[in-house]
Amino acid sequence: MAEQVTMYQDGSAAVESDGVRRRDFINIAAVSFAGVGGASVLIPLITQMAPSKDVLALSSTEVDISAVQPGQAIKTVFRKQPVFIRNLTPAEIAAADKVPVDSLRDPQSLEERTVDGKKNWLVTLGVCTHLGCVPLGAAQGEIKGEFGGYFCPCHGSHYDTAARIRKGPAPKNLEVPEFSFLSDTVIKIG
Amino acid sequence: MSFSWAKHYEPKSDLTKWLDERLPLPRLVYGAIGGGYPVPRNLNYFWNFGVLAGIALVIQIVTGIIMAMHYAPNALVAFDSTEHIMRDVNWGWMLRYAHANGASFFFIVVYIHIFRGLYFSSYKAPREMIWLLGLVIFLLMMATAFMGYVLPWGQMSFWGAKVITGLFGAIPLVGEPIQQWLLGGYAPDNAALNRFFSLHYLLPFVIAGVVILHIWALHIPGSSNPTGVEVKSESDTVPFHPYYTAKDGFGLGVFLILFCAVLFFAPNMLGHPDNYIPANPLSTPAHIVPEWYFWPFYAILRAFTFDFFIVPAKLLGVLAMFASILLLFFLPWLDRSPVRSGNYRPLFRTFFIVLVIDVLILGYLGGAPAEEPYVMLSQLASAYYFAHFLIILPIISKIEKPKPLPFSITEAVLGKDSHGTAGGPALQPAE
Ligand code: HEM
Ligand code: FES
Repeated sequence: MAEQVTMYQDGSAAVESDGVRRRDFINIAAVSFAGVGGASVLIPLITQMAPSKDVLALSSTEVDISAVQPGQAIKTVFRKQPVFIRNLTPAEIAAADKVPVDSLRDPQSLEERTVDGKKNWLVTLGVCTHLGCVPLGAAQGEIKGEFGGYFCPCHGSHYDTAARIRKGPAPKNLEVPEFSFLSDTVIKIG
Repeated sequence: MSFSWAKHYEPKSDLTKWLDERLPLPRLVYGAIGGGYPVPRNLNYFWNFGVLAGIALVIQIVTGIIMAMHYAPNALVAFDSTEHIMRDVNWGWMLRYAHANGASFFFIVVYIHIFRGLYFSSYKAPREMIWLLGLVIFLLMMATAFMGYVLPWGQMSFWGAKVITGLFGAIPLVGEPIQQWLLGGYAPDNAALNRFFSLHYLLPFVIAGVVILHIWALHIPGSSNPTGVEVKSESDTVPFHPYYTAKDGFGLGVFLILFCAVLFFAPNMLGHPDNYIPANPLSTPAHIVPEWYFWPFYAILRAFTFDFFIVPAKLLGVLAMFASILLLFFLPWLDRSPVRSGNYRPLFRTFFIVLVIDVLILGYLGGAPAEEPYVMLSQLASAYYFAHFLIILPIISKIEKPKPLPFSITEAVLGKDSHGTAGGPALQPAE
């Protein structure tokens, strides 16, 4: 753009040597300001949909596990989602340890999925990692699938005794939530 | 807009003259669906389904707004309030059955409407925009119906919400945050139910808005017709009113008879009994399936049980399902044959019939349990679906020799046309 000379009504002249008129500058500044302002309004409009404070506040649960015998499991609730707490038998632990970890879709050993020294306590979400159904196998009499752990009836995912995915469409092992032992018989999830 | 011989609105009384100068609404109606809108004289009954879809939308909006006066979108009472509509509200059972079956009939009508477009290639120039807007309506309908199905808060509602939002969980990295954002929690609960209700109330009106654009785009070139030959002269058309108002009225009667037959004699035929069990976040029904109108897409979703290179099976299924619809947005540019109507395209016609059968098979498989042989059949049928649009259709449009087209619509109807003669150019490109 050629050099511009702008005459103002009071007779003064504004010469912009870089070719940018004062009016262009004001225009760009105003539109940018409105753009940034408008875009920042989107933040509350979008984040209002994320989990609210009370939903997040439900994020820890204490469970008494004293009554769970080896070979049994209980279901509890954490963040409105089912949690399976399973007391593995020595045979189930052996079955899980026998599998070469590299051969798994989501390679993890039973150790990595349990707390040190309490390898028999397998705590996982009861949420299939495919599309979120509740797998069978925690309650007495439910089928446990081909690998003796859990079986998801929705699209046929089989989990082994360490709740690792072995067959079917699910991509990941059943998730182990953050948890700790408050005492030998009480655990805190979350 | 419209043809040069279209009749113009002439207000007769002083009142209508006064109105016409201030708000020419009657003029708009006259030119859009009245005597001022010329339409090809040879439309068959497949051209009724657009009007029927519009009526189905009105039925949904009326029954829905009334139900919203009695329904409570709160996870504690949603199920009970739905049963309250069924048992206590005067005529509530009829309104709810009309709304639930109305959704099914809406989809039946829209599917026929879409396949009409596929057979007569209504998506070709100059009608691409009508087709694209139609697909937008279809996507909005699916979202609306999905969210509506969650509202009664039965077992299928809950697990449907979980599984469908779980689809977004397949997106790498951001999937899980997106799912939690959609649900407002870690699993469907009050937050999800409330927002679904809010959006379920809103989206039908958005659909109504897009329908107006769809019809606006239609009224620029006017309707296509079973020959696919464009209108040439006045003898090719008749005014919309009274000719097609009458024909559409007859079609509406047939539609309402079928609708009432299901509504009053088999209102639960298309539904799923598990949805009469209140939502239970700790137990999934043994056989979860979406509503029947989603089955073909559900079959495509479940067909992917294997990883492909680094793409996990779960993501593949989700991508394929969305792709099966998004593909249709490219259809106007995939089918390059200059001839529109399937009646004059023998090879296309054969493959069109195979496609219809393939989609029906996909629908059946989507409702079947996730075991063999259904999984393998879904894989084959899904592969064929994509092959039809991406491979077969472009090839057909190259190698096919179409049958001779009539000179005009008038000639096709009467056997002769004073404006031109039979045995004119054998093949006319689409104009
Ligand atoms: C595009 C149009 C619409 C479609 C496809 C649609 C679809 C659906 C479906 C499939 C259900 C579940 C029915 C059941 O399982 O019983 C439902 C429920 C519901 N819809 Fe709609 N709907 C539409 C428009 C509307 C409108 C405009 C409203 C007004 C607010 C509305 C209000 C409701 C209410 C209150 C329910 C819960 C009661 C029930 O489950 O029967 N709907 N809708
Ligand atoms: S949700 Fe478990 S296999 Fe699909």
